[in-house]
Amino acid sequence: MFVLGAHRANDETGDAMSILIDDIHKTYGAQGALAGVTLSIREGERFGLIGPDGAGKSSLMRILCGLIRADRGSFTLCGLDGNRDLRAIKSSIGYMPQRFSLYPDLTVAENLRFFADLFTVPRRERDERLERLYRFSRLKPFAARRAAALSGGMKQKLALSCALIHTPRVLILDEPTTGVDPVSRREFWDILSELSRDGTTILVSTPYMDEAARCDRIAFIHHGRLLAVDTPAGIPGRFPLTILEFRGRRFPVRHDDMLRVRGVASVRLLGDRLRVACESREAVERAVRDMLERSGAEILSVRTDTPSIEDTFVHLMHEEPGHV
Amino acid sequence: MQRLRAIMKKELLHIIRDVRSLTIIFLLPLIMLVLYGYAIRLDLKNIPLAVWDADNSQESRELIRAFTHSGYFTLTLHAITPVDPLEVFQERRAKSVLAIPVDYGARLHDGRAIPVQFLSDASESNTATIAGQYAEQIILSRLMSRFGTDAPLPDVRALVLFNPELESKVFVVPGLVAILFMMICALMTSITIAREKETGTLEQILVSPVRTAEIIIGKLFPYMFLASLIGVVVILIAIFWFGAPFVGSPLLLAVFSIVYLLCSLAIGILISTRVRTVQVAMMAALVITMLPSIMLSGFVFPIASMPLPIRILTHIVPARYFLVIIRGIMLKDASLYLLRFQILPLCILTFILLVVSIRRFRTTLE
Repeated sequence: MFVLGAHRANDETGDAMSILIDDIHKTYGAQGALAGVTLSIREGERFGLIGPDGAGKSSLMRILCGLIRADRGSFTLCGLDGNRDLRAIKSSIGYMPQRFSLYPDLTVAENLRFFADLFTVPRRERDERLERLYRFSRLKPFAARRAAALSGGMKQKLALSCALIHTPRVLILDEPTTGVDPVSRREFWDILSELSRDGTTILVSTPYMDEAARCDRIAFIHHGRLLAVDTPAGIPGRFPLTILEFRGRRFPVRHDDMLRVRGVASVRLLGDRLRVACESREAVERAVRDMLERSGAEILSVRTDTPSIEDTFVHLMHEEPGHV
Repeated sequence: MQRLRAIMKKELLHIIRDVRSLTIIFLLPLIMLVLYGYAIRLDLKNIPLAVWDADNSQESRELIRAFTHSGYFTLTLHAITPVDPLEVFQERRAKSVLAIPVDYGARLHDGRAIPVQFLSDASESNTATIAGQYAEQIILSRLMSRFGTDAPLPDVRALVLFNPELESKVFVVPGLVAILFMMICALMTSITIAREKETGTLEQILVSPVRTAEIIIGKLFPYMFLASLIGVVVILIAIFWFGAPFVGSPLLLAVFSIVYLLCSLAIGILISTRVRTVQVAMMAALVITMLPSIMLSGFVFPIASMPLPIRILTHIVPARYFLVIIRGIMLKDASLYLLRFQILPLCILTFILLVVSIRRFRTTLE
């Protein structure tokens, strides 16, 4: 096992807090407001942030990186105060923004060396680290290639390598795998797992539920508020209802009338499946079935299903006070 | 130091790799130099001249020959009978009319005052003024050659120094250098930061422990180097191609060029702190630098003849000071002391702009 970030050694308890966020507020622009976020993330933890666009994921990450300032609230990162030790914090963070933002006209090696210098990595160590990063990213054969000429997956790996060049203790990744092919995505997450095993704390946002399942813990964020923080296995346990799944054809796109059926909490249409969250199967099956058939849908099968992470989140989103 | 060096090196790579922009940055000044150096001439050659030679004597013909041989005038009409200047100007057969009286030869012999009339079409006031000055000079030199220093009386007022032939390239070309410096520097720096904003790379730099001054100075140096290179090329072309004189100290000019370049680069940074896209940065840089540098610097219109509010406004146009400095050094061998009222405000302006641009440059994305 190659050690990318060797932080584990000085932490015997394995329970030290790496990031402590206390009641952070932020309003800026029309969207992306944070309305009091409090959260603590353990050292070496893979922590996932899930939520719709504009929920405040990027804002939260940018505040931790010092790219924007919170209106209210505070945070500490590796024991450093977010309001006072910003430069020291920046040295201990590796950040990958949502958009690929390395220099397209510089080669892979030049990009890596530039960021090594920016974080004042000593020259002696630099080459050694470069070799290690090349090994895990398999970018060595492309070292002399301009970043603009890399494939999507390779670009992501280069961006990650640049974020890792100074062996940060905390890695903040804003939707790192969006638009990357499934094979590269899996590879990318294998690397993340390895990093967290070596003690690097990872805060990552993702729109993919399969990626959320690979985190140690996940938080669901909506309208700038954390709705739930739990392990991927624990999240569905917070779902108090039953999922009734109808399979069939020609399901109506709008389901306002179904929500009026007593006992129905929420309805989601996923291709040929209509997932209805309800208090009990008995109470609603008849009514929903009638409604679907009247609107011309053809039902092939009905079954109860265990709630997924996504079901839970959709439910929580609807439960949220002030939800429109 | 490591960070500063890294940014400078990266910026140099950007400059070298972007061959197209580099070509444009080098070609633009050359094109402008050729355009201004050739097309926009404030001096005149071959002004069409109509002559009404009522005397038709040997002396009068000698005077006409002096006009045509000067190169400033071309004879388009030569009449012994009366010429109506209004008609000539309206029909655009000539821009100037020379009327020689019947007794020109006789008066010249007797040493009496000679009423030679010279008329110009002042619908082009510039041409008219200059043609009048040329005519005066020619007549004066005719008389001088004939009578020596006690020549009788044409009333010559204009005394032209440093550019005795009133050749405009001599002062247009150095002035052009001042404008090109300003334009290119502001353009280059404003684009480089705006591009990093546009592509999102600035975000990646700002999450590192880099200091604002390191980013700005790291970006200034490579462009300063490039601008100096362009400056040397432009001045060499001005001297060896356009024959502009260089009588002053190249070292003095180099030092003040650097101050002026810094000033221009700072304007570019200031622009980039306010804009988000390369397009807007380009437009802003061109409008903010080009127009004032050409119109309000004394390059085209003399500052002394501007209305007071505009004259006050010219004090914040850096080109105004550098124009006097570069013309002073190139044409008149002006000393540091003679240029102190240009140098001091230029240094102050540069300092203020640099400080403001560094302070305004944000290390956050808001």
